Amino acid sequence: MRFAVTRACGGGGGRARAGALYIGGSTTAPIETPSLLISTRKGLPNFVSRDHLAALPTPDSLLLHVSPLHFLDCPSSKTISNIGGLHQMLGLHEHFFVAAPRDSLESLPESDGTNKLGASFETPCGRRLIKPSAYVEKIASLKPNLWASIADEVPAWVSGKRNKTSIDRTLRWLDECLALDPAGGKTMLGVVVGGSNIEERKHCAIEVATRNVSGFWIGGFGLGENVEERPALLNAVTDNLPEEKARFISGLSLPEEVLQGVASGIDLFDSTYIYHLTLGGFALIFPFEILDHNNLDFQLDDTVGDRTKINLRATIYRKDISPIVANCSCFTCQNHTRAYINHLLNVHEMLAHILLEIHNTHHYLGFFRAMREAIKGGKFDLFRRTFVESRRIHLTSAVLCS
Amino acid sequence: FLKMALKFEVLGKFNRARAARLALPHFVCQTPLFMPVGTQGTIKGLTNNQLEEIGCQIILGNTYHLALRPGAELVDDLGGLHKFMNWKRALLTDSGGFQMVSLLHLADITEQGVTFQSPVDAKPMLLTPEESIQIQNKIGADIIMALDDVVKTTITGPRIEEAMYRTVRWIDRCIAAHKRPDEQNLFGIVQGGLDPVLRDICVRGLVDRNLPGYAIGGLSGGEDKDSFWRVVAQCTAALPEDKPRYVMGVGYPLDIVVCSALGADMYDCVYPTRTARFGTALIPEGLLKLKNRAMANDERPIDPTCLCMVCRNYTRAYLHCVVTKDPMGSQLVSYHNLSYMMRLSKDLHTSIVKGQFPEFVQGFLRVQFPKGDIPEWVCNAMEVAGIDISTCCAP
Ligand SMILES: [Zn+2]
Ligand SMILES: [Zn+2]
Repeated sequence: MRFAVTRACGGGGGRARAGALYIGGSTTAPIETPSLLISTRKGLPNFVSRDHLAALPTPDSLLLHVSPLHFLDCPSSKTISNIGGLHQMLGLHEHFFVAAPRDSLESLPESDGTNKLGASFETPCGRRLIKPSAYVEKIASLKPNLWASIADEVPAWVSGKRNKTSIDRTLRWLDECLALDPAGGKTMLGVVVGGSNIEERKHCAIEVATRNVSGFWIGGFGLGENVEERPALLNAVTDNLPEEKARFISGLSLPEEVLQGVASGIDLFDSTYIYHLTLGGFALIFPFEILDHNNLDFQLDDTVGDRTKINLRATIYRKDISPIVANCSCFTCQNHTRAYINHLLNVHEMLAHILLEIHNTHHYLGFFRAMREAIKGGKFDLFRRTFVESRRIHLTSAVLCS
Repeated sequence: FLKMALKFEVLGKFNRARAARLALPHFVCQTPLFMPVGTQGTIKGLTNNQLEEIGCQIILGNTYHLALRPGAELVDDLGGLHKFMNWKRALLTDSGGFQMVSLLHLADITEQGVTFQSPVDAKPMLLTPEESIQIQNKIGADIIMALDDVVKTTITGPRIEEAMYRTVRWIDRCIAAHKRPDEQNLFGIVQGGLDPVLRDICVRGLVDRNLPGYAIGGLSGGEDKDSFWRVVAQCTAALPEDKPRYVMGVGYPLDIVVCSALGADMYDCVYPTRTARFGTALIPEGLLKLKNRAMANDERPIDPTCLCMVCRNYTRAYLHCVVTKDPMGSQLVSYHNLSYMMRLSKDLHTSIVKGQFPEFVQGFLRVQFPKGDIPEWVCNAMEVAGIDISTCCAP
C-alpha cells in the first residue's frame, strides 16, 4: 500500500487533506480520500449483493471493511486459505478489504473481558477472547489488502490506570502482530488508542508512529466520549502521526462526525451510519453539492424526517411516485418510487432494505466525493460550515414546527 | 364470446408434452414455465433486474395480500402493479379465494362468495366473484384467475361436488364482471377433487365458456402422488390443445417434469424461495441442505453445472455460514434456486422443440435417482405420457 497526500491545508486549521491510496498495485486507479469503508457482514454488504455493489460508483465503492471475528467459527482458516482468501470467497476480485476486529455493529470490544493475553469482544457467537497469534493466523487465511493490529479499546469512562493498561497492551500486541506478520508490516495498520486523555492519545500516537506500519487505525472513538472533546483528542493523534501515511478511523458515523474527522486530518472512515439508516427505513436526501450550485435549498416540501433524511415508512409517501432523490443515478432511484419502498417497508419485505442500502451507500459516497472536491478547491471549511449550518437550521426549524 | 389478450402457439410436441410461445400483453413467454411467487409485489430478496437476468418471464402476485396492503385502489391510482413494482414482464394474480381459505380460519363459502373475518378490524367481509375480478382488474396483471370454491383435496363426499358446481356457476359471474378482457386474460380453474367424473363435468363446463386459458386447481394439498398425476393427466387430455394449461401450486422439479410430460404448461409455487430461506438449495440431484455440517468446509459451488451468479462466485462453505443467519444468505440461495427453476423451464422447452424430450426426462431422472429407485407414480405417469424410462429404473 502506498499513500500520498495530494492536497493539504484544504481547511480544518490546515489539517484536512485530500489523498490517494494505492492498494491494488500500480495498474489500478488509486482510491481518493477522504473515503468511506463500506461496512459488511461476513465480507459482504448487509443487503447489497455483488452485482449491485459493482454498479455503485468506482473506485469510490471499492473499499470494504471486514471483521475477522465474523469468521471465528466458520469457514475454518484452512478452508478460507484453500478457497483463496476473502476476494475469492466473496467473489469480489476488484475490491479492497480492510480488516479490523471491531465492526461497531455486533462485534464490539468488551474491555472487562480483555486481559493480558488478548482482546475480548461481544460477538453474535457470544463473548470471545482473541489472542494476537490467532488473529494473525486468521488474517493470513483471509488475505485482506490491509489489516489493523489487535487493540484493547476501552470506553471513555474507564480509570486513568485502565486507560494506560490499554495503551501498553495495544502497543505490545502491535509488536506481536508485526513480529508474526510474514509481510513485515507492509499491509498493516497500527492501532492508536488512549481514551479521552489528550496526553495519552499523544503518547500512544508517537509510540505507534515509530513502528514499521504502513498506516494507522485510530481506535477508541464512538465509545462514550464527549463529542465536544473529540476535536482535541483527534488532533492530538493526527498531529503526532507522519503526514505520508493513511489514517483510518472507526466510530465516527454521522456526516457531522465525519466532517469533524476530516477536519482533524483523518482519511478513511469505517461507518455504520448507512446500516442504521437502512434498518430504520430512512433514506438520505441531503444535497452535498452545496458549493457548486450555491444551493442550500434542502427539500423544503418535506415535513417528515429532519430534511437530511426521510423516513419512508411515513404515510405521506404512500402515493409518492417520485424517486428518493430526483437526480440520483443509483439503481433504486432509477427504478423505484418512494411509494413502492413505503409499501415494501410496511409489509416487511427484504427488498426495501436492499433498495435503501443501495441508495444510501450511493448517496453517502457522493457526500465523500463532495468533501474531496471541497478540500481540493481549498474550500473545506466553507463546505463544512455550510453543511453543518444548514442541517442545524433545519433541525431547529423541525423542532420549532413540531 | 370472450375476448382474449394472449396468443398461444405450440412450437413443438412430444406425445402429450408441448413447448409453446405464450404471447401476453407484457411479455412473450416460452412454455413450460415456472412462475415465482411475489406475494406482496416483490420476490423475496431479489431485484427486478436480477429476475430478468435469470430468465424470469412471469411473476405471480397474491390478490388477497395486495388488496390488504397497499390496497387495490392505490395500485390502480399509481398505474397498476406493473408500474408500481416496475416489472416490465408478465404478471398473474390469483383470485384471493385460496389465500383466504388457507390463511383465515373463519372463512366460510356461500353461494354469494367467500365470507371471512377482516384481518384488519375483524369485521365480517365478503369476497364475491365480481369483487375478486374487480380487484384483479385494478391490479392489472396479464392473467387473472376466476374465483373458485376451494376445498381441501383430502376432503371427500358431497362438499367436493358442491364446490365443483359452484365453481362452474361462478365462472359466469367472473366473465360478466371482467371489464378488461382485451388487456387481461381470465383463466378458469378446474375443480372436482380426485373424482374423475366431477373433474370431467368441470372441464367441459369451463371449456364451453371458451376462456383464454385453464388452470387445474385443488391439487398440491396433500393428496397422494398417484391421484395427483392422474387428475393432471385427465384434465390436460380434456382441455383444448390451443390454450395454456396451468397446474396451480406445483413447484417440485420432479412434479414439473411429470406434469409437463402430461401436457401442462405453467406452474407456480413458493417452494424454491421458501426453502432457500431455510438454507436448502435445489440441485439436479435433488436437495442440498447448506446448514448441514458437511457443508462447512465444502469448497465447491452449490451446483458445479449451474452458471448463475451465485454458483460462479460462492462456495458451499461460505453459504453454510450465512444461510438462515444473514439476509444475504437467503438472497443468494433464493437467487440460485430461482435460476435453477428457470433453467429447468428452459431445458423442458428446448428439449421438446428439439425433439429430445425423452432424453431430457431420462437424464433428469437418472441424476435424481442414481440408484434407479424411481417412484412408482412417476413410472405410471410416464407410461401414460408415452415416455420410456425403463433405462433409468433399477432392474
Ligand atoms: Zn438513489
Ligand atoms: Zn446456481
